Amino acid sequence: MASSHYGIIAAFDEPGPLMKAAEQVRDAGYRHWDVITPFPVHGMDGAMGLKRSKVPRITFIGGAIGLATGMALAAYMNWIDYPLIVGGKPFFSPIYAFPVAYELTILLAAFGTIGGMFIFNRLPMLYHPVLKHDHIHRASDDRFYLVIEAADPLYEPAKTRALLDKIGGREIADLED
Amino acid sequence: MASLSENPSPSAAALLREVAPAKLDRPVLVENDRSFSWITNKICGIIEERTPLWWWVAFCVSGFVASFCLIGLTYLVATGTGVWGLNNPANWGWAIVNFVFWIGIGHAGTLISAILCLLRQKWRTSINRAAEAMTIFAVVCAGIFPLFHVGRVWFAWWLFPIPNSNAIWPNFKSALLWDVFAVSTYGTVSALFWYVGLIPDLATVRDRAKTKLRQVCYGIFALGWRGSNRHWRNYEMAYLLLAGLSTPLVLSVHTIVSFDFAVSLIPGWHTTIFPPYFVAGAIFSGFGMVLTLMLPLRAIYRLEDLITQYHIDCMCKICLATGSMVGYAYAMEFFIAWYGANPFESFAFVNRAFGPFAWAYWIMIACNVICPQFFWFKACRRNLVLVFILSILINVGMWFERFVIAVTSLSRDFMPTSWGYYSPTVVDIFTYVGTFGVFAVLFLLFLRFLPLMAMAEIKAVTPRADPHHHGH
Repeated sequence: MASSHYGIIAAFDEPGPLMKAAEQVRDAGYRHWDVITPFPVHGMDGAMGLKRSKVPRITFIGGAIGLATGMALAAYMNWIDYPLIVGGKPFFSPIYAFPVAYELTILLAAFGTIGGMFIFNRLPMLYHPVLKHDHIHRASDDRFYLVIEAADPLYEPAKTRALLDKIGGREIADLED
Repeated sequence: MASLSENPSPSAAALLREVAPAKLDRPVLVENDRSFSWITNKICGIIEERTPLWWWVAFCVSGFVASFCLIGLTYLVATGTGVWGLNNPANWGWAIVNFVFWIGIGHAGTLISAILCLLRQKWRTSINRAAEAMTIFAVVCAGIFPLFHVGRVWFAWWLFPIPNSNAIWPNFKSALLWDVFAVSTYGTVSALFWYVGLIPDLATVRDRAKTKLRQVCYGIFALGWRGSNRHWRNYEMAYLLLAGLSTPLVLSVHTIVSFDFAVSLIPGWHTTIFPPYFVAGAIFSGFGMVLTLMLPLRAIYRLEDLITQYHIDCMCKICLATGSMVGYAYAMEFFIAWYGANPFESFAFVNRAFGPFAWAYWIMIACNVICPQFFWFKACRRNLVLVFILSILINVGMWFERFVIAVTSLSRDFMPTSWGYYSPTVVDIFTYVGTFGVFAVLFLLFLRFLPLMAMAEIKAVTPRADPHHHGH
């Protein structure tokens, strides 16, 4: 890790071979590796052995806070702090507070979703070794890449390079940190 | 179903042999089997080419029209809301009409991005970006009216529950406060949803940038996106959740907008049909606007391979469905007015169709109920000039719908002694016409600086994106 070597990158032309390659890297037992694709490839999560995303938890927390905030706002403002008599209606009822609470639930759940996505993805991250690869601009256009990091316990430069070659990776290159 | 037909179990296979289901080919979403890089080049090319002359002409005209809005608002703020055509009894006029009109237009964008995403309608991918942009800009135009109708616009922040020197809070029992929350949430979530969808495409533009400035500007907004599948996993989940959140949001926003009317006691407003009827009308007008915008863009930028006839057919059919729902709601309002045996309610509807605003009512019926019926016919859906004209008429009709609802009910309510007539003033007209300029300026800027279509999503729905696709 002390070296400035980040890992090895290999290119693929089609999603199909990439998926098969990912399955083999997964089965070989690697953990610190990734695939870089221009669009989400259907089924790749399974091929990489990734678990379900945790974003929904943050969404739920955001939504729950939103609902509680909406109800609390209405109760505090129109009942506790300044009791407001309108048309002989009760000072507080969850019915009339509902539209505001509902909108705040959605608003804060949306903030939670996006915040959660950023946190779990560690975005924004304007610098990343993968982005230094000479041909990486093709990864947001029409090519597919597989990266195995040097941080992986199974990583051995020669062996890992041979694996990438065997599973159909092309233009195999080293990545510097 | 896909798994059933691809890998049938023995019993399912026997059943499939027995019923012999027809093999229906799904329509292709990208014509001519275009490659990934063709899609990238086509869409990035739009913002990378030299600014075309028509864009500058359109931009100057739009800017000129937008200045009308500025003039109208400046005069209003300097003088007071008396410069609008409001009177007693018509205390609500063009401002609420225009507000509901623009908010309604926005709804198609959210429908396309959220509801069609949940329903896995893949044809949404080539129109969702522009439709979402339309949503945000429509909300901007809509927001102008409630913001300025308060008269002393520097006190507009009193709409929000912020402590102020009067030591009182907004009334949470009021539909107008619900509206403040609904519309501000709607604007915020729409903008976030749009931005999240843009991130991978901004990365594409960044990676293609020829100048340092472009690279840095797009790079900052792309947040360092690199297309990692570990990111896509969270990204797709977030996108799906946002779609799931936007769906109840879009339905609630126009429901709450309709509450502005329905929660009151005015005959013609005080009806329970309003929420679904407003939502259907909003989607109807929004799709009309999407067609109005996309048909010229398709022709100018030669996007026929990406916005195919199938896409246009789908949009026309949604217009037909929602337009017919709106027509049904018009009929049902009349039925309930009669069946409810409330003489004020019956009068309100007879007055709509045959009173002093009958001209507006029949424009509304002609545009909203009759126009979309052309979309039953394939020949009409294929005649793009006709589709374009009808899409504009739909929006004319939907503006008149809000006018009819707001003005006819107010100008003749319970007491004949308080009846009146409503006409807008030149300030009303300036402000409203000006919002079209504001909308057009924003949309033109969007065309110039951001990818018009969701490239990553379009690539993902092409056949070669399927990992099981072989050969080409």
